[in-house]
Amino acid sequence: MDADTKKVVFDPLVDNNPITLQILGICSALAVTTTLAASLLMAVALTTVVACSNASISLIRNHVPSSIRIIVQMTIIASLVIVVDQLLKAFAYDVAKSLSVFVGLIITNCIVLGRAEAFAMKNPPMISMLDGLGNGLGYSLVLIIVGTVRELFGSGTLLGYTILPSVNDGGWYYTNGMMLLPPSAFFIIGLMIWAIRSWKTAQVEKAEFRISDAHSSEVL
Amino acid sequence: MNNPIDKSPEEKQDAPDPQQVVRRDDLAGKQAPAGAPAGAPAGVPAGNGLMGQFKAVMALPNDSTKKTLAVALVMCLACSIVVAGAAVLLRPMQSENAALDRKRNILAVAGLLQPGDDIEEAFANVQRRMVDLETGEFTDKFMDVEYDQYIAARDPELSVSIPGDEDIAGIGRKARYSEVYLVGEGDDFTQIILPVNGLGLWSTLYGFVSLDSDLKTIQGLKFYDHAETPGLGGEVDNLDWQAKWKGKLAYDETGEVRIQVIKGVVDEKSADAAFSVDGLAGASLTSRGVSQLLRFWLDEQGFGTFLENLRQQGA
Repeated sequence: MDADTKKVVFDPLVDNNPITLQILGICSALAVTTTLAASLLMAVALTTVVACSNASISLIRNHVPSSIRIIVQMTIIASLVIVVDQLLKAFAYDVAKSLSVFVGLIITNCIVLGRAEAFAMKNPPMISMLDGLGNGLGYSLVLIIVGTVRELFGSGTLLGYTILPSVNDGGWYYTNGMMLLPPSAFFIIGLMIWAIRSWKTAQVEKAEFRISDAHSSEVL
Repeated sequence: MNNPIDKSPEEKQDAPDPQQVVRRDDLAGKQAPAGAPAGAPAGVPAGNGLMGQFKAVMALPNDSTKKTLAVALVMCLACSIVVAGAAVLLRPMQSENAALDRKRNILAVAGLLQPGDDIEEAFANVQRRMVDLETGEFTDKFMDVEYDQYIAARDPELSVSIPGDEDIAGIGRKARYSEVYLVGEGDDFTQIILPVNGLGLWSTLYGFVSLDSDLKTIQGLKFYDHAETPGLGGEVDNLDWQAKWKGKLAYDETGEVRIQVIKGVVDEKSADAAFSVDGLAGASLTSRGVSQLLRFWLDEQGFGTFLENLRQQGA
């Protein structure tokens, strides 16, 4: 693997993470991370879809009329998502049921269309596929971390195995119900972004404006 | 939109000019079969027959109307083949999963499923029977074929419409024949499991209710499909709430359906305690829907006649 390829694959993990830097794909990251198993499955599904959609869009990129390019991309992405959804229903029925609409909603996940438009339309298939893989892995990393925290503190389990025996089952751990609700994922992702930006200060955005002090007479 | 300047800064891997000439060379290299004239000028037919015409269209500038239509058409065709192929190839496995899931739900409502059990094995003790809802008798119709009463409920031949004032479950039509599941050997059963459905707040809830062999005491209630608000009405999936149903009485001595989900918590001392289940906090409409659908399916419109017949036979 040469340096460029490495950059394409590993950059989206931390330095250019689609969730923590670009703040894309938040919706599903909030919704499906109540258990680690669901997060893992969603991560695999999304990574597959981004990698395949990037590869196939890149294959036909020279023939896509610019007037219908978004529609062409969406059609390809939608087809891939349906195929993945069907595969999950055939091979991982239970988890697919718990993910319900969110597999279908990969179609509208900004990461997929974003990579198609920003990368796959301009680069050859192989490197586009790796770019999709990298971004999928970046998304997966965040999902796995959030899923681990939420399942561990929300239910006291990991992948269904008891780690912290909960009071309901006769243990000592009082489960944190908030962890099972979507806002907790919001907090966790927020804290992650804070941590990453303190570590990689290059990611800190410049303030777009400064709030000026208003004199009380102006306000009134 | 076609301005090359828009794209050029990031166009590192490709030729700097994204327009005509380079693209056509690219095309010939990737898609045209051997022997095709590479880089044929736009508008000149590159060969004979359909393939030739196709190649000629593909050689047109990307934004010409003809090529736009052609690309859209070819892509839709390709995508629909992929999607249809996946759906058809995977259907057997999916319906097997769905059937297994149904069995698991039936076992769960009967309280017969321990974690780790083999579902098929546990289900061996359960028999599927068909009931004619109008006469309340067992029937042989649809015994050996796949039958979905909720699909049948939409078929005018196989269903009846429910008069508006009696349609407390809000389902409009019901199938003439329904599946029921008996736990035990022959007619000597320990539990009877009835499929129920009805409108909640947002969605129709589909589930099973299990009655004890006295045909009065509820063994369990479980919904396998609904789209109520997660955390509020969605709490019908809560195992603690489901556990509250066990041992409640569906009918009183006179045979009237009395079971209901009340608002708030059941007062154990009240006379109705045996017929009441705690309401779901913040979900009064879902709770009401559950009450209504049970009342509907346990009364004459639903399995009332059938259960009455069974009681007569038992007596």
